[in-house]
Amino acid sequence: MQLATIPDLMPALPEIILAVTTLVLLMLGVFIRSLNIARTIAYACILLLLLAIPLMLVSTDGRVSTFDGAFVVNDFTVFMKTFVLLSAASVILISKDYRKLQSIDSFEFPILIVLATIGMMLMLSANDFLGLYLAIELQSLSLYVIAAFQKDSARSAESGLKYFVLGALSSGLMLYGISLIYGFVGSTNFNIMAEVFKGLSGELPPPGVIIGLVFIVAGFSFKISAVPFHMWTPDVYEGAPTPVTALLSAAPKIAAMGLFVRTMLGPFGEIDDQWQQIIIFMSIASMGLGAFAAINQKNIKRMMAYSSIGHMGYALIGLAAVGGVENAIFRIHGIQGMLVYLVIYVFMNIGTFSCILLMKRDGRMVENIDDLAGLSKTNPGLALIFSIFMFSMAGIPPLAGFLGKLYVFQAAINSELYTLAIIGVVASVIGAFYYIRIVKVMYFDPPVEALNVSISLEIKIVLAITGFVIIFLIFYPMPLISGAEQAASALFTK
Amino acid sequence: MIFLALAFYMFASIAVIAAIVVISTHNPVHSVLFLILVFFNVAGLFVLLGAEFLAMILIVVYVGAVAVLFMFVVMMLDVSIAETRDGFLHYLPLGLLVGFILVIELGVIAGGWNFAPNVEQNFIAQSIGSSVTNTEAMGNVIYTHYIFYFQTAGFILLVAMIGAIVLTHRTRDGVRKQNVGDQLARNPSNTIEVKKVSSGSGV
Repeated sequence: MQLATIPDLMPALPEIILAVTTLVLLMLGVFIRSLNIARTIAYACILLLLLAIPLMLVSTDGRVSTFDGAFVVNDFTVFMKTFVLLSAASVILISKDYRKLQSIDSFEFPILIVLATIGMMLMLSANDFLGLYLAIELQSLSLYVIAAFQKDSARSAESGLKYFVLGALSSGLMLYGISLIYGFVGSTNFNIMAEVFKGLSGELPPPGVIIGLVFIVAGFSFKISAVPFHMWTPDVYEGAPTPVTALLSAAPKIAAMGLFVRTMLGPFGEIDDQWQQIIIFMSIASMGLGAFAAINQKNIKRMMAYSSIGHMGYALIGLAAVGGVENAIFRIHGIQGMLVYLVIYVFMNIGTFSCILLMKRDGRMVENIDDLAGLSKTNPGLALIFSIFMFSMAGIPPLAGFLGKLYVFQAAINSELYTLAIIGVVASVIGAFYYIRIVKVMYFDPPVEALNVSISLEIKIVLAITGFVIIFLIFYPMPLISGAEQAASALFTK
Repeated sequence: MIFLALAFYMFASIAVIAAIVVISTHNPVHSVLFLILVFFNVAGLFVLLGAEFLAMILIVVYVGAVAVLFMFVVMMLDVSIAETRDGFLHYLPLGLLVGFILVIELGVIAGGWNFAPNVEQNFIAQSIGSSVTNTEAMGNVIYTHYIFYFQTAGFILLVAMIGAIVLTHRTRDGVRKQNVGDQLARNPSNTIEVKKVSSGSGV
C-alpha cells in the first residue's frame, strides 16, 4: 500500500486561504444572530480580497504548476488575478448603501461575491479543460444567484433566470466542443494538447477538432458577451441589482478574457490561423453593435451593457493581432495591448457604476439617462467626475481610455490588420456619440428635480482612486505598460 | 457471449423506448415512472460494461433521490399539459428538421474522424485489469490525481446550496417555533395558577 504524495499547495495558496476563510465567514454569518453581522462580513470579505493580492505576489515566482499540471501560476495569471480581486473588492465596497436601500443587506451577498472571485481565479489558473469547466461553473453559479438576489423585484428574478438558462446553454456548447477535442487528443490537459497540435506540423487538423474549437470559442464569447453571443447582456445588466451589474461588467470579463487568451494561445496556439478569423469577426461585430445599439437606450444600465459589448470587441483586437504572426515581439504587443485595454476598462467601469449608484431620488434608485438632466447645476462635482469617465470611455485624450485604444489599434497595425483597425476607429467615433450625449444631458439640459446625493465615504474612496487613475495614467503609464508586457510575455515562454 | 449480446439489446431497446415514452406521454406521473425505467436499464448497461459502481450510484442517486424528487414536484405543481402539448406538435416539424440536420452533421464529423498520432500515450487512466474493483479504482484517483477537481466540485455544490437557501428562504412573522430552552425552563410555579374555588359556585 503506497501513500499518495500531497500535491504542492503553495501555488494555490491564495485560493485555498480565500476558500477556507470564506467558509469560516459563512459559518459566522449563519450562527451569529446580530444585526451588524452582514456589515462586518462585508468588510471582512473586502479585507480578505485585498490581502490575497500581496499573498499572491509573494507566494509565486516564475511559472509553477501543481495538482498534476491542472493548475498553473505565472506572471500572466498573477496580473489578471490582481485586477479581478481589486474589482470584486471595490464592488463590495460601493454596494454598501445600495444593499441597505434595497433591503438586500444579508451576509450571503459578499460571500457569494468572494466565491465567484475564487471561481474566476481558478479560471485564470486552469490548465486542463476539466478544471476550466468546473471553475467557470463555480463563477457563473455564484453570479446567477446574486443577479437574482433582489427577491421582491420581478426584474431581478428575470435577469437571474435569463442569465442562468443562457449560461447553461453556453456551458453545454462549450462541453460539446471540449468533448470533440478530447476525442481527438485523448487528454484534457493544455500542455499535452499543445504538443499534439504541434505534432500536426502545419497539417490541417481534422474537421472534428475545428468544430470543437468553434464550440469552445462560442462558449467563451458568451462569457465575455461578444457578438453574436451577447443577447443576454442588456436584459441581465438592466434587471440585476446595480452593484451586481458593476461586478458582471468588470471581474468576470477579465477572468473570461484571460481564460480565452490562455486557451487560444496554449493548447490551440499552433493552429492559430483556425481561430484568428473567428476572433476578427467577433471583434468587428461587437464593436459595431456596441456603437450602434447603445445610441437609442434610455436606461443607463442598458446603455452600459451595450458599451461593455463594444469594449470587449476592442479588447479582442489584441487577441486577433496575435494569430498568424511570426514576429514574437508583435505577438507580445497584441496581448499587452489587450491587457492595458482591459485594466483601463475596469477602472472606468467601476468608476461609472459608482456614479450610477449615486443616482437616487426620494430614497429610491433612478436609472434613466433623462434623470441626469442638469446635474451640473444641482451637483457640479458628480457631474464633473461622471463626464470624465464618459470622455474616457469615448477614448478622448488625455484620459486613460485613449491610451487603451491606442495600444490595441497599434497592435492591429503591427500585425497588418488594417481593416480591423480602421473599423475600430470608426466604431469608436460613432460610440463617442452616446457617451458624450450623457455629458450633454448633464451640462446643457434644463435641470429636472435634483438628485438627493449624499456621497458615502466608500463611494468617495472608489471614485477618488478610479478618477485619479483615469486622469493621470497618461503622465505615468509605465507601471501598467511594463506590467502588462511582463504578463503577456509569460504566455509565450513555456 | 450470446447472452451478453441479448442482454445488451434488451437493456438498450427498453431504455430508448422508455425515453421516448417519457417525453410523449400525457400524464407527468407516467413520465417520471418511465424515467425510472430508463435509469434502471441504463444501470443494466453499466453492469454489462463492468462498471458496477456507476450502476449502483445511478440507481441510488437518480432513482432513489432525483426521480422521487421529480415525483414530488410533479404531484405538487399543477402542470397544465394541454398547453405544452400544443406547442410540442406545433414545433415538431421544425424540431425534426433541426434534429435531422444535426444528425447529418454528426455523421460528417464521425465519418472524417481520426485520432491524434499515439493517442494512447495521452490517456491519464490506464486499463486497470480485473484485480482492482471499481470502487477501489475510483478511490485511488479521486483523492489524489483529481483532488483539485473534487474540491472545486464541492464548492460548486456549496454555492448551489447557498443559492437555493438565499433565493427561497423568507423570514415570516408570527411563526410559532419550538424552543427547547423555553420549554425546559417552564415549571409549575410560573405556568399553573391554583385558584381556590368554593364548592358549588363555579369559577
